[in-house]
Amino acid sequence: MSLADKDRIFTNVYGFQDWGLKAAQARGDWDDTKKLMEVGQDAIIDEMKASGLRGRGGAGFPTGMKWSFMPKESKDGRPSFLVINADESEPGSCKDREIIRHDPHKLIEGALIAGFAMRARAAYIYIRGEYIREAETLFAAVEQAYDAGLLGKNAAGSGYDFDVYVHRGAGAYICGEETAMIESLEGKKGQPRLKPPFPAGAGLYGCPTTVNNVESIAVVPTILRRGAAWFSSFGRENNKGTKLFQISGHVNKPCVVEEAMGITFEELIEKHCGGIRGGWDNLLAVIPGGSSVPLVPGEQIRNAFMDFDGLKELGSGLGTAGVIVMDKSTDVVRAISRISYFYKHESCGQCTPCREGTGWMWRVMKRLESGDAAIEEIDMLQQVTKQVEGHTICALGDAAAWPIQGLIRHFRPEIERRINERAGAMQEAAE
Amino acid sequence: MAARKIAPDTPELRMQWGSWTFNEETKAKADKAIARYPEGRQRSATMPLLDLAQRQVGAETNTQGWLPLPVIEYVAAYLDQPVIRVLEVATFYTMYNLEPVGKYHVQVCGTTPCMLRGSDDIIATCKKRGMKAGHVSDDGLWSFTEVECMGNCATAPMVQINDDNYEDLTAERMDAVLDALAKGETPKAGTQEPGRHTSEPANALSSLKEMVDENHDYRGEW
Repeated sequence: MSLADKDRIFTNVYGFQDWGLKAAQARGDWDDTKKLMEVGQDAIIDEMKASGLRGRGGAGFPTGMKWSFMPKESKDGRPSFLVINADESEPGSCKDREIIRHDPHKLIEGALIAGFAMRARAAYIYIRGEYIREAETLFAAVEQAYDAGLLGKNAAGSGYDFDVYVHRGAGAYICGEETAMIESLEGKKGQPRLKPPFPAGAGLYGCPTTVNNVESIAVVPTILRRGAAWFSSFGRENNKGTKLFQISGHVNKPCVVEEAMGITFEELIEKHCGGIRGGWDNLLAVIPGGSSVPLVPGEQIRNAFMDFDGLKELGSGLGTAGVIVMDKSTDVVRAISRISYFYKHESCGQCTPCREGTGWMWRVMKRLESGDAAIEEIDMLQQVTKQVEGHTICALGDAAAWPIQGLIRHFRPEIERRINERAGAMQEAAE
Repeated sequence: MAARKIAPDTPELRMQWGSWTFNEETKAKADKAIARYPEGRQRSATMPLLDLAQRQVGAETNTQGWLPLPVIEYVAAYLDQPVIRVLEVATFYTMYNLEPVGKYHVQVCGTTPCMLRGSDDIIATCKKRGMKAGHVSDDGLWSFTEVECMGNCATAPMVQINDDNYEDLTAERMDAVLDALAKGETPKAGTQEPGRHTSEPANALSSLKEMVDENHDYRGEW
């Protein structure tokens, strides 16, 4: 059974209707927000924990638990901050954009409630620089909320003072990493910080900070309105709720769609995407969670549950649920090599294994595309990915390593075929 | 890392830009941006101010705009920061143009989701018109960059030209967009697929059908 429209949180996800405050209120946003807050901070956090919501930015850390790490009172006068990660830049991911441009008031209302629950004084929404029109909408939506008394002093009549500010990035994928985002908010190069200290102890301006993804925050008001039991009625144990999936690549109808967690890959594709281009026999491989996760061969993913654990079992991950589908016309080595180029381009340059490794791995991948390599180099590449993985401050090194490891794991015969074919052709030419 | 270098610091550059300042409109926006951050944290406004500066330079030169060194120095002084603190931000983030660009900065996404949907053809369309990376066309109209994932994967392939995205492209649709811009027209932004609104399954809506014609409130069905 699939998700009914009445249980979809993002009812204006396609922007058929106005994003503005009046229209959003008519859809149920900002409806007696004060009442949702009256239960108190701890009750909100408990409800979020009970809902089973896991962070929607990729890592899947339980949202309620993350909030509970924030100090309950400031012993030294430092304020706390909520930072909302709208730096959506993971190849294959395009869901936060739809929330921001079509349902921004869900995000802003969520910011107030989440900020209140974690006792933050303000929220900064960090939106990627390339989302230019989306940022214009977000700035305007925040202004609407201020004008209506929903933000600022005594926000939404709750007695709590709370500000929401928008900060635009300027084209750096790495700023999606939470400490790089904090650096960037402080007006610096977006280079990740060493942890500890963790942001909940010392984040933005050295103050306690929680960084949450746009989707994680935007679902909060609806979860509180309908109750944790409603949200957790969808999905499998440990993988609860609804989720925005983004399907790109070789399906007949690429789209963004909200579905129940744990929907099977086949149902997701058949129901919303008009099937695989050329039919199921034409499916080669799928990258199920944005470019950072390893690909899964087509025959393995067809019946897979699209959630954190279901995809982990296949040696991959749900990530952002940016599903990249590749049919048999795909040059799979080039598809992964292009991802390697992406990571080379986006490495911040701070850690040597990543700065040098991403370039090195891409150059080898480039040669593997045409088979201009020796068989032993496949193993050498595998070994280098292992030397990059886990040896950098942030996870960009890991993210650059995993797609290559996935390719070697599942498509080694294809890589070898290219090398042998080219060697054979060279041999012939020499004779 | 992305290869980035600033335009050479020459007497000509100083001559042209040495006395550059924010105009009234930019100044008002800059002060509003600074006010978004706590007292004494004006360094946080480095990014918005560089963007505003680039936009003003763009308006003055009828291009997308760029950041000559004296402009970067001006922003640093405005924020009471050492020049290097602002310069290193300008060189780190790829949306700051460090060299002059054309009136239209054609930024085609070439990352895998767009590649799978045919971004090679879109890039070829640009090259056929003489566009190439790091080069402004002779008529001053076009600059070209192949960029990394722009977050429009469900409507791929796409191009961002200055502030607008054009999505669901084919070579023909890309040509139509570029032709329209060259003529000074404003082509419709967003998806170029007939009948498609945004990121829904094109012409095959699979959910939320009530929303098409009315601002449906689903709460009655909860």
